[in-house]
Amino acid sequence: MAYGEKVIEHYENPRNIGSMDKESSDVGTGLVGAPACGDVMKLQIKVNGDGIIEDAKFKTFGCGSAIASSSLVTEWVKGKTLDEAGEIKNTKIAQHLALPPVKIHCSVLAEDAIKAAISDYRTKSEVVEVVSGARELVSEQAAE
Amino acid sequence: MLTESNIKLPIYMDYQATTPMDPRALEKMLPFFTEAYGNPHSRSHSFGWDAEEAVEKARAQVASLIGAVPKEIVFTSGATESNNLALKGVSRFYKDRRDEIVTVVTEHKCVLDACRHLEQEEGMKVTYLPVETNGLVDLDRLREAVTEHTAIVSVMAVNNEIGVIQPMVEIGQICREKGAFFHTDAAQAAGKIELDVNAMNIDLMSISSHKMYGPKGIGALYVRRKPRVRLQAMINGGGQERGMRSGTLSPALCVGFGTACALCEADMGKDNEHISRLADRLYKGLTERLDDVILNGDRDQRFPGNLNLSFSFVEGESLMMGMRDVAVSSGSACTSASLEPSYVLRALGVEEEMAHTSIRMGIGRMTTESEIDYVIATIIEHVNKLRAMSPLWEMAQDGIDLRSVKWSEH
Repeated sequence: MAYGEKVIEHYENPRNIGSMDKESSDVGTGLVGAPACGDVMKLQIKVNGDGIIEDAKFKTFGCGSAIASSSLVTEWVKGKTLDEAGEIKNTKIAQHLALPPVKIHCSVLAEDAIKAAISDYRTKSEVVEVVSGARELVSEQAAE
Repeated sequence: MLTESNIKLPIYMDYQATTPMDPRALEKMLPFFTEAYGNPHSRSHSFGWDAEEAVEKARAQVASLIGAVPKEIVFTSGATESNNLALKGVSRFYKDRRDEIVTVVTEHKCVLDACRHLEQEEGMKVTYLPVETNGLVDLDRLREAVTEHTAIVSVMAVNNEIGVIQPMVEIGQICREKGAFFHTDAAQAAGKIELDVNAMNIDLMSISSHKMYGPKGIGALYVRRKPRVRLQAMINGGGQERGMRSGTLSPALCVGFGTACALCEADMGKDNEHISRLADRLYKGLTERLDDVILNGDRDQRFPGNLNLSFSFVEGESLMMGMRDVAVSSGSACTSASLEPSYVLRALGVEEEMAHTSIRMGIGRMTTESEIDYVIATIIEHVNKLRAMSPLWEMAQDGIDLRSVKWSEH
C-alpha cells in the first residue's frame, strides 16, 4: 500500500513519543485498542491549573497510519482546553493525513484515545477534589 | 561498517511471491519471440515443427525435475490453473463413484477456493484438516479422513507463508492404500526440494514457473498415466495437451520454464547450500541481537528460503514501512483489505497479536551475503525504534502480563 506524504512524515519523525507518570494527579491516560486487532494506542495528557493541556505523549503499536494518527493528535491537543480537545473528530484526522478508507479505523482509535485520556483525567481530579474536600472538613472539625 | 555502496537498493526478499528470471532461461526464450515464432501445433511446415520440438524438449525438462515422463506433463498458465484443473477435473470425472475431497486449512487460497466452489456448487463433500502448531498435518487424522469415497487428497508440498514441508511420502502411501488420488500444490517446492512422483506416490502435481526463476504466465500439471488419472477439461477447444487443456502453447514461455527446471535440477545442491547458509546468517543475526523473535512453523521440516518471524510488540506493517528499501511480506492484517491476520498463522494457533507482528523473508538464488547483512541491520534498527514507541513493549518491560489487561476490542 502506498502511504500519503503526511503519514510517512509523522512515521519518520513522530512527535511526542514517551510516557508520563500515570499515577500523577495532573496526568490523564487513555489506552485504547487491542493487540489482537493489531493496534493499541496510549495517549497521555498533562493538564495545568487552568484546565489547559500543556503536554501530551503517546506510544502506539500499530501500522504507520495508526502511528501517524496518534502523533498528530498529540500536536493538536496541546494548548487546548479539555472541552476543545474532546471535540477533535476522527474525520479531521483522516482528512489531514489523507487516510484511505481501509485506514479510517486508525483515526477513530486516535479520537477514542483522546476521549479516554480526558475521561481518566476528569475521574482522577474529581477524586482529588472529593479527597481534598474531605480533608478540609476534617481539619475544620479538628479546629473546632 | 556496512556501506550501501556495494548493494543495489531496493533489496528483493519476497521470493515466495515471485522470483527474478534466471538470465540463462531468458536467453533461451528470446528467439521464440522473433525468429522461431511458429505455432507448435502447425503440422505442415518447419515453423511449426521447430516450435513443437522446442516445446517437447521443455516438457521433458519439466518431467525430469520431478521424476515423471514427458507425456504426463500438461502445460497451463500457472499453478492456480493447475490446482483448479486437478481439483475440478478429477472431481467432475469421478464424482459418481467418489464424491469426497480431503485438503488442509493452510492450503493456498486457490485450492481452498476451488474446494469451496466444488462443495457449494457441485455437491462434493470437503474435509478441511487442521494442522499442528508446527504447521504440519497430523497423519493419523489424515488416515481417518481419507475413505473409499475420497476422490482426491490435496496437500501442498511447501507452504507459501511459513515454508514447512508436509510429509509427502507418508501422505502418498495413505492415499494409495485408500485408492484416492494424491494431488500436491508444489508451486513453492518444485525446483527447491527433491520431488519424485513415484517415490512419493503423487498422482497430480501443480508447478509454477515464476517461483523457480522461469517466466510468469506458465506452469504445469503433472497427471499420472500409470495408474491412469482421468480428468474433465475446463478449457475446451483444439484438444491440445492430450485434450486436458486446449489452446495454443507459447513456445517461448515453455522454453523459459523448461530451462528453469533444468537449471534447478542441475543446481539444486548448490542453490540449497547457498540459501541455507544465508538463512542461518539472517536468523542468527537477528535473534542474537533482538529478544522476543519467534520463528513460525516447524524448525526442521522446512524449506530454508522462507523465514517467517514474529517480532513481538512490533506491528508488521509498521516494520515494513520502516524497511522500505527491503521487499518482504507480512502476515499482519493491515497489508490486506480484510484487516484479518494471516489464516495460515491462525491455523497454527499463533495468537492474533503475534500474527500481526510477523514478517516473511524470502531468500533465493540471487540473494547475496551483503544484502542479508544490510537487512539484518535495517530490521534491528527499526524493531528497536518501534519497540521504543510500543506501549506493549513498555508494559512487557514493566512486567505486566498483556493477557491480564482488559482490552477494548474494536
